[in-house]
Order: sequence, then structure tokens, then C-alpha cells
Amino acid sequence: MLPLLEEDLVNRKQWISKEELLDYFAIGQCTPGIIALNVSTFIGNKRKGIIGGIVGTAGFLTGPILVILIIAMFLTNFADLAIVKNAFAGIRVCVCVLILQAVLKLWKNSIVDRTTLILYLVIFLLAVFGKQLPFAIPTAFLVIISGVFGVVFGKEGGKGS
Amino acid sequence: MTLLNLCVQFFKTGLFAVGGGLATLPFLYEISDRFGWFSHSDIADMIAISESTPGAIGINISTYAGYMTAGIPGGILATISLAAPSVIIILIIAQFLRNFRDNKHVQNAFYGLRPASIAMISAAGINVVLIALINIPAFKTSGNPNDLFIWRGIILALLLFIAMRKVKLHPVVYIALSAVVGILFHFGGV
Repeated sequence: MLPLLEEDLVNRKQWISKEELLDYFAIGQCTPGIIALNVSTFIGNKRKGIIGGIVGTAGFLTGPILVILIIAMFLTNFADLAIVKNAFAGIRVCVCVLILQAVLKLWKNSIVDRTTLILYLVIFLLAVFGKQLPFAIPTAFLVIISGVFGVVFGKEGGKGS
Repeated sequence: MTLLNLCVQFFKTGLFAVGGGLATLPFLYEISDRFGWFSHSDIADMIAISESTPGAIGINISTYAGYMTAGIPGGILATISLAAPSVIIILIIAQFLRNFRDNKHVQNAFYGLRPASIAMISAAGINVVLIALINIPAFKTSGNPNDLFIWRGIILALLLFIAMRKVKLHPVVYIALSAVVGILFHFGGV
């Protein structure tokens, strides 16, 4: 995604500088939501203010919405065919492996010491076995306590202050 | 009312799913368990379709889930609701750009958020494994431990894992291959 945006927005259209694009990406990673979406809001906002931010994001969303709606309509009509059922049963196996790959890729930058490993295990167990508990723990709550945990126990920038 | 609830649920997902597209998965499973708008199998299929099409996976998943729930208006509304919180937050942050990223509390929050995010993605992975590689209902009926594992699925998973390590191709290639294997070997049992 990054090289594509760089070619189009920095080199060709010259709407933003490369440094700005990298800044947007970094901030996109530290805010909720999808990174590429955040970048499109940023660039729209820089060009034409708040309206630009909203319109830029809307433009970014239109293509994928159309593509997925067409696929979804097609699939719901053919979902009962044996060939489609067998194909998706095979595809689900692939999805397991793709998720495992994604986790392995993210692992190095996320699980950096014993504290983060313990946090990983606790949240993992809560997410898998949470349904067995007498009270449901909302996913949003897990996200909030992990963020607070990070603020209290994180060491980034905390040195010397 | 479903449409309104759909908006609320996806707005919440957009607000709390920190760390890329797959971070939306735990929220989708939560929505599936609470409202039954789509099944766990549907979520696995959504992941495959989103990985095979252009565009960010989180957005594609919300469109697909919205469509499954309430047709075309559902697809459009769910996607807008998912995007809305981040648009609002970015428009606010854009006013004081660099301070935000360099803020030590923001940096520290991610020390906790990153492990939590991949922990929840791992848990979502377990949910797909429970559909694709393990068959608990069959084991419960027969009591035969051999029925617990879907062996041909496990073999395919191992082969795919090795293949992905050796050759880096676009996920759509592996998804297409798995579809062909699924059809040839009747993975769906039909």
C-alpha cells in the first residue's frame, strides 16, 4: 500500500511530501481504524480541510464497497452449490494458515519482553475461554485495559522522566 | 432497528479495533455470538474474500458482514459506520499532528495494545481452526479421538504453511489453490 501511495500522491500528483506520507502512516498505526483509511482522511484534510478529509475517505471507500457487494450478491445466490461449499471448505483451511502467518509477522514488534508475553497469554485465554465465564467480557473492554496497562507499565519515552 | 444496531456495532468496531484490518475479527465474532447476523463459517469466508480482493481487509469485511445482515443498505452503512470513528479522530489529530505521535503516553499505550491485538487475532484464528481443522461435534457423537481431527485439512494446512514460507506469493494464489483442493477432495463433504 505504501509504495502505491508514494508513487501516486508524492511523485505524480505532488499533493504531499514523502515525509508527510510517512508521518501519516505512523499516526495511522497509533489510531483506531484501518491505516490506509486514516491516510486518506489526512491527505483530504490537508488539501481541503475537514470537508476534504470526509470526501477523500468516501472516495477511498467507494471502490471496495462496490467490489465486495457484487461478490457478496454472487455468493449468496450460489452458496448452496456443492462445488462452492467444497471450495470454501478448502479455503477455510487456507484462512487458518494466513492468520497464523499474520500473527507470526506481528509477533516480533509486539511481544518484546516477558511483560508483553504475559499480557498476550492473558488476553488470548480471555478471548478464547471468555464465553465459559459466568459474565461476558466485552472485546472493547479488553482493548481499553490493554491500553491502560501499556500507559502504566510501558517504558517508551518514560526513561529519565 | 437492525440497521441502527448494525451502525452502532460497526461504529464500536471501528473505534476499538486498533492495529490494522484483522483487529476487526474479535469484534466480528462478538457480533456473531450476540446477534447471530452471520455465522463463524461466514466470518472465515469473509476473510478469504477480503484477502482476495483489492482494498483494506477491515473495510471489505465490514461491507460483506453488513450485506449478509441487511442487504445492500447494510453493506454501505456498516462500512461508513466502521470508518466514521477513525475519520473523526484523524480530523481532530490533524490539528496537532506531531505532538500526538511523539507523546509518550500514546507510545506506551501501544506497548499494551500491540500484544492484546495479536492475542485477539490469535483467538480469532482458533475460531477458524475449530471450523476447518477440528470437528468437535463428530468427536462427541462417536467418542473416537480420530474423528476429532479433520486430517486432510490439517495436511493441506501444513503444505500451505511450508509453501508460504518458501515462496512469497499474493494470498489470493494460495486461496485459489485451496479452493481447487477443496473441490477435488470434497472438503465440504458434498
